[in-house]
Amino acid sequence: MDKLFTGKFLFTGLVFAGLALYPFIGSSYGLDLVSKIMIYAILAMSLELLVGSTGLVCFGQAAFFGIGAYIAVLFSPESESANLLWLLPASILAAAVYALFVGALSLRTKGVYFIMVTLAFAQMAYYVVHDTKLGGGTDGIYLYFKPILGSVLDLNNPKTLYFFTWVFLVWTFVFLAMLLRSHFGRVLAGIRINEQRMRASGFSTYPYKLAAFTTSGGIAGLAGFLFAVKDGFVNPEMMSWHLSGALLIMIILGGLGHLRGAIIGAFAFVFLQEFFKSSAIFGEFAKHWQLGLGFTIIACVALLPKGLVGLPEVLRKRLDGSRPRDAQVVLK
Amino acid sequence: MAETLLKGSGITQRWGGLVAVNQVSIEIERGSVHAVIGTNGAGKSTLINILSGEFPPTEGKVELLGKDATQWSQAKRARSGLGRSYQRNTIFPDFTVFENCRLAAQAQVQRPWVWWNDAQKCKQSVEAADRALELAGLNEVRERFAGLLSHGQKRQLEIAMCLAIQPEVLLLDEPLAGMGAEETDRMLKLLANLKAEHAILLVEHDMDAVFKIADRITVMVNGSVIASDTPDQIRVNADVQTAYLGGH
Repeated sequence: MDKLFTGKFLFTGLVFAGLALYPFIGSSYGLDLVSKIMIYAILAMSLELLVGSTGLVCFGQAAFFGIGAYIAVLFSPESESANLLWLLPASILAAAVYALFVGALSLRTKGVYFIMVTLAFAQMAYYVVHDTKLGGGTDGIYLYFKPILGSVLDLNNPKTLYFFTWVFLVWTFVFLAMLLRSHFGRVLAGIRINEQRMRASGFSTYPYKLAAFTTSGGIAGLAGFLFAVKDGFVNPEMMSWHLSGALLIMIILGGLGHLRGAIIGAFAFVFLQEFFKSSAIFGEFAKHWQLGLGFTIIACVALLPKGLVGLPEVLRKRLDGSRPRDAQVVLK
Repeated sequence: MAETLLKGSGITQRWGGLVAVNQVSIEIERGSVHAVIGTNGAGKSTLINILSGEFPPTEGKVELLGKDATQWSQAKRARSGLGRSYQRNTIFPDFTVFENCRLAAQAQVQRPWVWWNDAQKCKQSVEAADRALELAGLNEVRERFAGLLSHGQKRQLEIAMCLAIQPEVLLLDEPLAGMGAEETDRMLKLLANLKAEHAILLVEHDMDAVFKIADRITVMVNGSVIASDTPDQIRVNADVQTAYLGGH
């Protein structure tokens, strides 16, 4: 148990501390960028709960994110700020309810079929906002007045929003970390490795998976809420499969099976994206940023099968020479 | 009269035109080992799958501890006292031996909503896991990762995980498969130990072992039972010799 508080938790704690200090040195552009990454990190952690922890590859996470975002905008009054106290829970709840519905049906399938069914449900949500007047169609809608909490919290202020997001990033990490070591989380881990054995031991696995799916959807809704409030704008692209795909890449890049992998992956992905998009570095070639990003990701996955989380281990092996290390691992 | 804990009556399983199990009735009693033998494809695995609740039979009835369990899910049967092991290992290789058992034991005390408590500190499941490890003789390797165990130990762990849910009935699907002589002896001792408290159904290909430990043997051929009797009687049964034990 003591080991928990050394190593990986120390690392995550330092990252959180660094993020808390960042607004005191960062530019307003930097503040916006890091806010965005923190929101993606929350979203990536919600997907990690399904993919890395339960073994359910969901290819429709963007839908829950988008629903959280659209609810935040649609439920805000046009000429004044909404109260945070009910708007935030409304976003989370709406996303969780859709996740409950999608999960209830899609969890009857497995493997590739599950991936495709979750994608189909996400595309359904996408086309509802894309092709109807409900959410402003392809143009999206603006959120003119960001939600407030009396005079305590005004999310119109970027710094307040930054810290607000930071609190939820830490909260999501702590909540999921505790969830994963609880009874519930251990069952999810068991389901990931061998669902048949879990059933034979006496676990009805379907309700467990559905609860995980709904929880994940709710957290994605929270991220969507934060994103809508940060940008003051929502559009259908937030629900597109490109985002669902990018999220999968984030958690794979960071390292599946580790919560901190989702956070690291979100940072790495957005930084790489910004890097390859930068015309200051790449000039004309910057418009082909996806090519560079793609090759880098392929290289990362090839060289780091456990993701960026596994980087220290790979480096240590390189430095020590691999043989003695391997022997130690086996003995442990 | 011994207490019947698991009873299958008139069990039939059809897969399209194929009758995998045909009108099989079987009783498993506390304090005895009931072995089911038969060639490959005789329907042993299908029978054990139906009894444990992997899928419902086309026809027939399964009674567990005196209650009609035919429509019960596998999970419900397990919670009601039916443990089963698989022919292929179904252990969790990345977990420690202890955690394998503890997680199985947790099925008896499910509290998924208590998300703030560390599962590894759940007293009831820890105690059940300790008992199961002790019984199965795996205490010495409890902190080792299950994937690093020897084949024999993995088979023992498979049984220990069954025991962790504190079952009354054990359905064991080829627990001796791939084991060396020494490992087989150890496993047979374990089964003999477990016999007193449990009702055991044993599907096994190792005939020496079966005749050594079984109190009753049921012989299946092509989905039907051709004989069900004590080992001594089975040994001299003409039908069995013709159909199965190599009589030409």
